[in-house]
Order: sequence, then C-alpha cells, then structure tokens
Amino acid sequence: MADAALSTAPRAARGGSLALRLRQNAGLLGAIGLFVLFYGVYNLYHPRGFSQQVLIQNANEVFTIALVAMAQTVPVILGGLDLSVGAVMTLVNCLASHLVTGSAGEIALGILACLAAGTAFGFLNGCVVVFGRIQPIIATLATGAIAIGLALFLRPKPGGKLDADLSWAMTNSLGDFAETYGLFDGGQAPWFQPIAGIPVPLVLLVLVAVCVWMPFRRTLTGRTVYAVGSAEGAAFMSGLPIARAKLAAFTLAGFFAGVGGLFLAIQTSTGNADIPQAGAYTLNSIAAVVIGGTSLLGGTGGAVASVVGALVLRAISFNFRIFDIPPLMQPLVEGLVLLAAVSLGALRALRTRNRLELFR
Amino acid sequence: MQNEFAPFLTLTGISKRYGGVRALDGVTFACGRGSIHAVLGENGAGKSTLIKIVSGVVQPDEGLMRLDGREVAFPNPAAANRAGVVCVFQELSLMPDLTVADNILAADPPRRFGLIDGRAQRRRAEELLASIGCADVDPRLRVRDLPLSRRQMVEIAKALAKKPRLLILDEATSALTAADVERVYAMLRRLKADGVAILYISHRMHEIDALADTLSVFRNGRHIETFAKGARSPDRIVELMIGREITAQYPPKPLPKESVGPPRLDVRDLSWGERLKGLSFSVGAGEIVGLGGLDGQGQKEVLLALFGVLKGVGGTVTVDGRPHRPGSPAEAKDGGLALIPEDRKTEGLMLPMSIADNLVAASLKPLSKGLVIDRAKERAAVADAVRRLRIKIGSAEDAVSTLSGGNQQKVVIAKWLMTGPGLILLNDPTRGIDVGTKQEIYRLLRDLADGGAAILFYSTDYDELIGCCDRVSVMYDGRIVRELEGDAITEQAIVASALNMNTEMTHHG
Amino acid sequence: MIAGAPLALRADTKPILIAAGFVLVILAVGTAYTLATQGAATLLSPAYLIQQLQTGAFLGLVAAGMMLVILIGHIDLSVAWTLAAAAMTATAVGGPLALPAGLAVGVAVGLLNGIGVAYLRVPSMIFTLGVNAVLRGLMVAQTGGFAPQTAATDAMRFLGAERIAGMPVAVLVWAAVSLLTAGLLSRTAFGKALYGMGNSEAAAYLSGIRTRRVTVLAFVLCSVLASLAGVMLAGYSTKAYQGMGDAYVLPAIAAVVIGGTHILGGRGRYLGTVVGVILIVLLNSVLSIMQMPEAGRQVIYGGVIIAMLLVYGRGAPTGS
Repeated sequence: MADAALSTAPRAARGGSLALRLRQNAGLLGAIGLFVLFYGVYNLYHPRGFSQQVLIQNANEVFTIALVAMAQTVPVILGGLDLSVGAVMTLVNCLASHLVTGSAGEIALGILACLAAGTAFGFLNGCVVVFGRIQPIIATLATGAIAIGLALFLRPKPGGKLDADLSWAMTNSLGDFAETYGLFDGGQAPWFQPIAGIPVPLVLLVLVAVCVWMPFRRTLTGRTVYAVGSAEGAAFMSGLPIARAKLAAFTLAGFFAGVGGLFLAIQTSTGNADIPQAGAYTLNSIAAVVIGGTSLLGGTGGAVASVVGALVLRAISFNFRIFDIPPLMQPLVEGLVLLAAVSLGALRALRTRNRLELFR
Repeated sequence: MQNEFAPFLTLTGISKRYGGVRALDGVTFACGRGSIHAVLGENGAGKSTLIKIVSGVVQPDEGLMRLDGREVAFPNPAAANRAGVVCVFQELSLMPDLTVADNILAADPPRRFGLIDGRAQRRRAEELLASIGCADVDPRLRVRDLPLSRRQMVEIAKALAKKPRLLILDEATSALTAADVERVYAMLRRLKADGVAILYISHRMHEIDALADTLSVFRNGRHIETFAKGARSPDRIVELMIGREITAQYPPKPLPKESVGPPRLDVRDLSWGERLKGLSFSVGAGEIVGLGGLDGQGQKEVLLALFGVLKGVGGTVTVDGRPHRPGSPAEAKDGGLALIPEDRKTEGLMLPMSIADNLVAASLKPLSKGLVIDRAKERAAVADAVRRLRIKIGSAEDAVSTLSGGNQQKVVIAKWLMTGPGLILLNDPTRGIDVGTKQEIYRLLRDLADGGAAILFYSTDYDELIGCCDRVSVMYDGRIVRELEGDAITEQAIVASALNMNTEMTHHG
Repeated sequence: MIAGAPLALRADTKPILIAAGFVLVILAVGTAYTLATQGAATLLSPAYLIQQLQTGAFLGLVAAGMMLVILIGHIDLSVAWTLAAAAMTATAVGGPLALPAGLAVGVAVGLLNGIGVAYLRVPSMIFTLGVNAVLRGLMVAQTGGFAPQTAATDAMRFLGAERIAGMPVAVLVWAAVSLLTAGLLSRTAFGKALYGMGNSEAAAYLSGIRTRRVTVLAFVLCSVLASLAGVMLAGYSTKAYQGMGDAYVLPAIAAVVIGGTHILGGRGRYLGTVVGVILIVLLNSVLSIMQMPEAGRQVIYGGVIIAMLLVYGRGAPTGS
C-alpha cells in the first residue's frame, strides 16, 4: 500500500522528456530569450538590419569574447574560476602577431604554435591547481599576471603584422574564404551558394563547439568535471579521475582562450598586450557565463550556454550604436543591464520557500 | 574456484593511526563468500576505518590484506572497485547536479567510440533501479531533486552497477523507508545466493537479526570476537560492544500527569504549500512528544516551520500562550526554541572550527558585554557544556571535525542547551550514532523534560519513539493521522498508522 | 612527530611567519642591489620605510575591508570604483562635508552590494562586478570622462598626506583601523559570525545568527574602508582621477590571501593581511628601484604569489 502511494507521484512527474529538459535548462532559455530580444531590436532598428554585412561584422565582434567565455566555463563547471583567461588570450594574441605570417607552411605552423601555447598555459594552470593544491581563483590571478608579463615581453608596444589574405578570409563570409583560397571553383560552385553567405567566424565558433566541447562533455573526463563541481568528495568516492579532470578543464580553458587570442590577432592584424583589455575580457567572460545560466558554484551549465551569454552581452552594446546613447552613458547602461540580468536569478531566491535551500 | 572454503577477504595485523589516535590496532579479520557478515561496534570502535581501508579510501599503516588469496593494496576507491570491492557509504557518494543515470554509472558508463552513450546508460540505470524495486525513479532526474530516501536507493543501485564481489554497506538503510529496507534485504539475499561476500554495518540490532549469518564485534580499534548468529544473546552482544554491563536502554517514563495550565507549544492548522496540510497538536512542559511515520511525510517541515526556516506558513502557533511567528531561526531562538537539525555535518556544525567556537555559536549575544565577547564567561560556558554532556575532547580548541559522530552530535545539542531553551525540536538526532551515546541522549532528553522543557522529537527509528516519548503523533502525507499515548505506543500501532492503514484497530487503548 | 609536538604552530599562524620572512628577504635583496649600484642601504633608512607605509596605508585600508568580505566566502570587485567614486564625490562636494559625503558613498555602495548578495542571493563575484560597472558609468557620465577639476579639501590632505611627529597621518589611520578590525574579528559576536558563516552558512543560520544582516554589514564595512582609502588617496594626490582605484582590487585580494586568509572564507587572521600588504608594497617598490620593466614585474608578481601559496600548502592536509 505504501508502495503504491510512494511511486505514483514520481511516475506522474516523469512526463515528457522535452519538458524535463526545458525545466533543467531554464537559465539558458532565459539567456536565449534575452539575446533574441536584444539582437532582434538591434536589427529592426538598424538601417541595414538582417543583412549579410551586419551579420559578418557582428560575428567578428562576438567571436573572441565567445571563446573566452567558453574558456571560463570549464573551470567554473569544475567549481573554480579562471582569472587568467583574458591574459592567456592576450598572450596568444601577441604570439600570433609574430608567428602567423610568411609562407603557407609558416602560417600553418604559426597557428599550431599559437594554439599549443594557449593549451600549454592552460595545462600549467591545471598543474598549479592540481599539484600545488592552490585554489583556482587565486592561482589563476597569479598566472594571469605571468601571462600578461610574457605578453608584454613579446609586444612591449602594439604592433606586428599578420598574413593579409588570412585576415581577409577569416573575417568575411564563407564565399570570400573560398574565393581567397580558390576552393569550390573560387566559391562559385552551385552547391556552395546556399551557405556562401555565412560568416566564417560563426562557422568557426560552431566548429569549436561541436568538434571540441560537445565530444569532451561526453567523455568520462568531461563528466568528471561536472561531478567534481557538484561534489568533489562524492566524485572521489565514486572512483572518478579527479586530477585528470581538473588538468583537462584548465587545459581546455587555455585552448579556448588561445583560439580567441589567435582570432583577435587575425581580426585586428596586430598584437597588443593591453592589460585593461585583458582584465575586461576576463570579467566579461564571468558575466557571460552567469548570464548563460551556468552556476558559479559549479556542477551545471555548459560552454554553449556561455556563448549565448556572450552574445547577449555583445547584443546589448550593439544597441548603443543604434539608439545613439552617448558614449559617456554606455558604461552606465552596460552596468545596469548586467545588474538587471544577474538579478533575474534573484527570482529564485525570492521564490524559495525553504530558506535552507538557499545555502546549497 | 580455488578452495571454496577459504575466506574471500582476509586482513592480517592491520593498524591505522590518525595523529596520536589508534583507529585500528592489529586487526585480523576474515569474511567469506556468500555470507552476510555484520560488523558491530560503537562509533570510534574502528568500523569506519576498517571499511575505509578495505575500500581504498585510506591506506593502512601496517598489515596485510588478501582478496581471494592474493595480496592486495588499494591506493584509491577506484582500485578497490576494479578488484570487485564496492562500498555503499553512509555519507552519500552522489553528485547532486548529475542525473540519476550519470551517478549510477559514474565510473564506467557504457561508451561508443570513447563517448558516453546516454541511451544505453539510461537503460542500464533503469534495469539496476528496477532490480532493487525502484522503477519509479526517473534516471533522467537530477539527484538534487530526489528525496533523501530515494537518493540512498540510487546509491545502492550505483554500488550494484560495479558488479561487486565484496559489497560493503555502512548504515546504508538508516535513511530508507520501511518498504525500501525490505527491498534492500531481498536484494542482499539474492547477492548472497550468488556468492557475493557482504559486510554489513548497522546500529540497528533487529536488522542484523533479520539479515546476518555471522557477526563480528569491534571495540576501541580492536576486533573482539566473531561468532555465528544466535551464538550470543543480544544483551551479551551489547556488552561486548560497550565493554561493560548495560542498564535499561531507555530511561523510565514518568506517570502521565494531569496537565496543568496551557501547553507550552500549541499548533493549530499548520500548513505549508503541499507539504503540510493543516496539523494541530500541542506539547506540554515536561513532555516528550514524538513525530512518527514514514520518512518524508512532512515531519521535517513541521520542525523547520516552527523554527522560522520556511516562508509562507499558515495556521496559528502559540508558545507559552504568546503567538509565535518567527521569520528566521534567530527570532525562533529569541522565542526560546532550539532545533537540532537533520544533518549535523552541514547544518549543525562548522566542521573546521574549534569545539569552543561551535559550542558558543548560538549564544554569542548573552556571552558579550556590549559589543565584546567576555572571554572568561565564554571559557566557563564551554567548560560547563563539555562537562554537562560528557563530551570526550582533548582540547576545546581542536577542530570539531576531529570528534567522533556521537561526540559531534553532543556538541550540537550542548550548543543549544547553552541558550536555555524552553522548547526543543529534534530532527532524527541519533541517526548514525553509537549505542552508548544514544542512551546518553535519551537520558538527557528525559532530564530536560523533567526540568520543565517541552520536547518535540522526530525519529525514523520506531524503537526510539516507543522508548522515549510520552506521546507520538504519526504523520502521513502532511497530516497527523493518529495520536498515540502511553501503552498504546506500540510498533504495530505506529507502523499501521504510518502506512495509513484503516484497520480495525481501536483508536483508544 | 612534529604534528604532535606541543609547540606546533596554529595552522593560521604559519603563513604569517612565512610572509614576514619573505618581507625580510625582499628587503635583503633590495639592499644588496642598492649597495651594489648606489653604495648605500637606502631601503633600510627610516625615511624609506615610512614612505612605504604611507604608500601601503591606502592598500591596507582596502585589504582590511576586503578581508571581512572574503572571510564570509564572498568577494567585492566593486572596491575599485567605490574608491574612485568616493574620492570624486568628496572633492566635488568640498568644504566640511567632503569627508562625510565620500564615506556616505561607501555606505550606499555597501548597502547595495550587501542587499544584492544577502537578500537577492546573486553571487558576490558577479553582483559587485555589475555594481562596479554602474559606479564607473555614473562617474564617467558625471565627470565627462575627465579628471574632475575640483581639488581635495584640507581635511582630506591632512588625512592623506600630512604627518604628525614624522609619522604620516595615513599610517596612523591605517593603524587605528587595523586595531579595530583585529578586535572586531577576534573579540566580537560579529567577528565570530563571519568565521562561522565562512565555514558553513547553513549551520550559522540555524544557530540563530542573523546571516543576512552580518553579510550586509560586512559589505558596508568593506565599501566604507574603500571609500576612506579613496578620500585619503585624493588628499594624497590633491585630487581625484579616473581609474584611481583600479590598481587596488587585485593587490588587495592578493594581500589578504598571502596573509593566510582562505580565499573561500572561514579561516585567517587579520595580522596576516597587514603583513601581506607590506609584502606587496615592498615588492613593488624594490622592483621599481631595480628598474624592472612592466613585463618582468608582472611575471615576478605572479610568481611570488604562487610560490608563497605553494610554501603554505606544504604539509597541509589534503583538501576536503
């Protein structure tokens, strides 16, 4: 009799798989809604709204912060924080301004070296956290300073030169990319036309998410990252590879930040060891992660959600251009919107009727 | 099939020291295939250390461990799992943000091309849950969203997923409902028939009676004796455990007195969302009232509502005739209430802090002169609390995490007694605590009641309700379905009401 | 063996001693350098050391407030613009009300932060980040993005730049704040509540500690100390300027952590924060005496923090 009473309720709640998924990802849905709203308004009021040029321009403006936000996400899921992502991005940016030039082979090697440098720096962060047993937030505060220092060695003053063809090809549409490198009949192949208008940065972003993040999430190591963020003690008792997961999380963060830095170099065609800019990228990455619905306590969320968070942040600033908000007011409006967005999470706190649940 | 009669697990001369304390002292112990082997002992007897060593959580300082005749050493739980040694821990090993399926197959999920196969994993989790009668748990739910009793079943399913050859259960049933306990028993008997060796740790004698075939008693880090079930009387077993003669387990109850004046706590139509549906009851000064019933019928919510933790509580509550509507535990404390919470490790104590700091945490204001804490008064209060509850400590400056579970719980109780409460709420205060400390707590509750306090006491252990309480209110689905008093408090009556069975039983004994 | 020894140090004292030892190492290295290049032990002169304390006083005030917030497991990233906003408000108001106006900014920001974190339960890392952006926006909109033309009042100059009997007033203020903070942490119910909440907020709440009030108060104290530092810094440099607080956030956090306070809260002694501040100020000064380029400074700065924490970590029990 008790059995029947106990088991009916959950069975009724089992319901549809979709409903469950939506409930478990409420934060991300909110972020997507915000993005659609802000970006929709922007395009509606933009004189050339919903056009290819606008999309290409925006994709370029979004790519680096999206990657840095992805980088931030992995340590956050682990229950940590990486205050060095902006600095690593800057370091790779300066490195790329030296290496990504010359013959095709040299460029390819340079790109590989840049990605390897970002990844290696992330791995170093992981080592400090895992073997040095230092809290991630403070360890990466310190390694971030080191990364900025190295970047300053590489580029005491902004400068450098990247391959012009590469810059053009990577920051325009797929059609332009094909034309630059003579692919698909110079981009004229009929089958290619439907996708020729898609911005290259957007394709890259999707590629990184689909080919790197999504498989990682489904590996045992990736799951362990979530498990550690949720309950590290339980993860240890469950026999999960904790050290490997921590190393992987920071290494992956370094890789994502490196991709972001490389792209920024390609986009701007310079290297710039700009300390305030590095700091701003780090802080915005945290904001993007939170807006995307990933809890800073760890264990939930995902890199794709953070990309959406980054899109929201950028879409807000796009609107400044449209609505002629005086530049002096922009920081204020940005701050207010950020506060408003994160305070949406407060609805949970105000709704919670068992105050003990607030402390979990 | 080498030598069927040789024990599966043997320990020879295993010792383990934590700082200056010997947790295990030259333990030699064996456990055979196809047997349920109960390990008994008070907290601090060395049981936890024993299973931690066997399951690879800690490593012994000396001694040999053999599994299936081969010498083994487990540097971590993963290594033990690979050898077929699996432990269901008392502290849950679940990751709350992961789904049930993710948790059950955490260490070795089904994979395709190196990537986790979500669908296969869900199917496998469903099978495992069904095998312990938990088909009602949706493997896609997050563990966070499950009630405690279901989580424990997930924990057991998780252990089964590792295909154990030696299964260790550490107080695994203490959070379970009666129906689930039966399912776990059935599962254990099946495993036993399949030749799995099972080590079973429990403080509940009737469970051991029902399940085990071999019993081992530990005391002070030593293995005292191993014998077949039935070879020793229950009283003798308890003597072996505590090393001295035992007196009556529960203190005698006073004769029911004619109630004079209004009750100390009076609750009318208490409601909270879907969980509490209009309860009315009262507790008089000098009375111990129990809350019974299956786990999760709203008992905890009653205590939390009275203590100001819940928002949006309906109904009227009066304490000593005055309306009582606290918005926070701080206000409840000012109204003379105390709550011994459910989970002492996260809700009762600040584990890394000193024993002294924990003891005074609820009495900082009365111990202060103006803004500044009076050190002399603080020291005196701490010494007094340690003496009063006979808490076994080295120094009051040691971290409270260094104490055994029983002594930690005494710290929580002492913290609240320091505030001089008139109404004490307890949420399952003896869970996972050794027999000796339990008896001390029962004695203490009765003394407090005799001193004029009113006590409201939720317990998952029916024996305890029967032994301790003057009255028991049995809850079902957010309501009180039965109030039992005096001799009417029997296991039969509680169980029947807990299941909300409308049998022919008379309502007045 | 050592663990059981009766003379074993309290766990939270060891980092302080190590940090103090490192301060001596910095002084020794710097002195060796000046002896070799200038032939004088400049670093050991009272004038130089007092000047370092003067520089450290501003960071010291910010770090003292930051420590209160870190102890309860939070962080305040808004101190940068709290400091600047207080300085700008004080110079703009001027006259006898300059100082109260500056501190009022601190109270207001602290209340806002505290309410956001304690009542709305937004993670402090992100809420204070947002508040920082808003403050920056307000100040930029107010001043047009330029350094304000208004100057610091005499009272502000007195606090920030003048000396009493050879000792800078700023250092005396820092000393007074330090005594109060140390007493607050070790001898009051509020201090005990901070440590308790840092270890387990649920347990503190269920012990009847008014956790939300304590959180708000910690944030208010943090912001008030940052605004005091801002007002004094404006006095020191005779006026307020954009971004004057930016150089104080991460060094304040680093000073607190180098002093042995756990970044996740619940553990740490105030004395450590003072030593941490002195360490960071001296390190900066010695590196600039050595004419180390910015690149090298950053690398050394990061390296020192990691090295210190690695040394603290040795022999510590493995985490949870």
